[in-house]
Amino acid sequence: MDTQASPAIRAAGLKKTYAGGVKALDGLSFAVAPGTVYALLGPNGAGKSTTVKILTTLTKADAGEAVVAGLDVARRAADVRRVIGCVAQKSGVDANATGRENLRLQGRFYGMRGAALEQRIDELLARFRLAESADKISRTFSGGMQRKLDIAMGLIHRPAVLFLDEPTTGLDPEARSSLWNEISSLAGQHGITILLTTHYLEEADKLADRVGIVDRGRLVAEGTPEGLKSELQGDAVQVEFSEPQNEASVRAALERVAGIREIVVETQAVHARAQHGASAAPAILSALDQAGLRAMAVRIARPSLDDVYLHYTGRSFQEADAQQPLSEGKR
Amino acid sequence: MKLIRDSVYMTQRHLMALWRQPFWVVFMLVQPVIWLALYGQLFRRVVELPGFHATSYVSFLMPGVVVTNALFGGGWQGMGIIADLERGIIDRFLLTPVSRPAIIAGRILSLCVGGGVQSLILIGLGFLMGARYGSPWIGLPLLVAASMLMMAAFGALSNAMALVVRKEESVIGASNMLLLPMTFLSPIYMAKALMPEWMQKAAMANPVTWAVESGREALDAAPDWGRVTVRLATLAAFTVMSMWVATRAFRAYQRSV
Repeated sequence: MDTQASPAIRAAGLKKTYAGGVKALDGLSFAVAPGTVYALLGPNGAGKSTTVKILTTLTKADAGEAVVAGLDVARRAADVRRVIGCVAQKSGVDANATGRENLRLQGRFYGMRGAALEQRIDELLARFRLAESADKISRTFSGGMQRKLDIAMGLIHRPAVLFLDEPTTGLDPEARSSLWNEISSLAGQHGITILLTTHYLEEADKLADRVGIVDRGRLVAEGTPEGLKSELQGDAVQVEFSEPQNEASVRAALERVAGIREIVVETQAVHARAQHGASAAPAILSALDQAGLRAMAVRIARPSLDDVYLHYTGRSFQEADAQQPLSEGKR
Repeated sequence: MKLIRDSVYMTQRHLMALWRQPFWVVFMLVQPVIWLALYGQLFRRVVELPGFHATSYVSFLMPGVVVTNALFGGGWQGMGIIADLERGIIDRFLLTPVSRPAIIAGRILSLCVGGGVQSLILIGLGFLMGARYGSPWIGLPLLVAASMLMMAAFGALSNAMALVVRKEESVIGASNMLLLPMTFLSPIYMAKALMPEWMQKAAMANPVTWAVESGREALDAAPDWGRVTVRLATLAAFTVMSMWVATRAFRAYQRSV
């Protein structure tokens, strides 16, 4: 496949240790195919922001190589800056300027001017539903509006690759879901490649085509959200009965169904794992029916990225997040 | 050239923010107006001292107040870049192809535009209070030019310090500690010949002295152009050096990101 041959982003063996001996990256490698959304998922302090800073030329790696849009970030930093857009963790909006002025200044840095620039500004203001507030001082914007303005600024020059570093951190749930919609619709357009970092499992699951799980400066797992979850030996399937059943007959019935493992029978219920719960459920029900066992309810729980994280790092996400009180973004 | 274009855009950004807070411009002028009005009255008879060589104290004081205003305006400028650093604006600029020196140059240029307007207001007030000069048409532009050169230099140094310490408290502390003594270790309020000898020596090495003396000399009916040129040249060299320091501080900041 062509996308395999020339990824939009390629990081190989990135290492970075900050002054003071904090090892942020310890040989991180990954690649992002053009036109896709890739999420780097990990707790605070995993090295996500450092990775973005290296890929966007803000800082240099101690070792390793990074190529963005075919350009080496260390050797051709100036060229890289022209083809990338970046929305940093901290909003870069100038609170004392209007939304339009923020966009105009940003566009001018890329050499845009005149009618073409004004047209692009109007386009983005409409696109992010900021047109009404465009000439208000952005200090008065809500957190969600500022974030949208940040993204609009990152897109002003039609970048080939967009970096979103923790784009929804600090937003209320409503603003977050509205921003998710914006990001998903961006992803489908113009073949833009998006690298997203997040410590929200739900965000990576919802937005990304592929997810890389970062832990302590290394990539510990990678795949599609679905693929990562299906590696976890399937879904949890739970069947409830209306009355107590004989354990041996329940077990015998279920063991006849292909792809069912880890059968645990309780008095009025049975738990098991199936590679694909949804397709296994009818087979389970018909097997129970044939054995004369009447099921009352079936529940299928999909494994979450939380389970994936636990599986690959040996610790739960909340635990890892709590172990890192110092957010690397504040560095 | 990209550096010039980007510097103009950056200057526009700062001037627009200033324009939106006209009270700030007025507020910044309160202190120099007080110096002009109160010191002008308080030390009115100082000119009678033998060796003072001035027609009136307000004529002597006005150039000093213009220079002092420029000194304070420049010295406090680092506060602005700390606010921009905290808001992530500087990092956002660094992610674009913007000319790096323009980030500092825009701040200095807008500082000097604002400082120039303040200088004109103070000069006008000085004339209303009775200040008169032998050659105002050559002298006043040179006074403003010298003040702005000095303002640019202290603006650059203040930005440099802010980029290194990155704390508003530290900039406030250093500015408070340095700026006021610098006005007293220069012939702002008192003729240099009448200052204690050690203070005269300290004043010689003070950029504030170079600015105020070149301005006063140029305003004289028969200026000694050699004196004016030497002081302006020294000041210009100091300004170039300060810009270099600011550039170095900015590079150090970039490396620390």
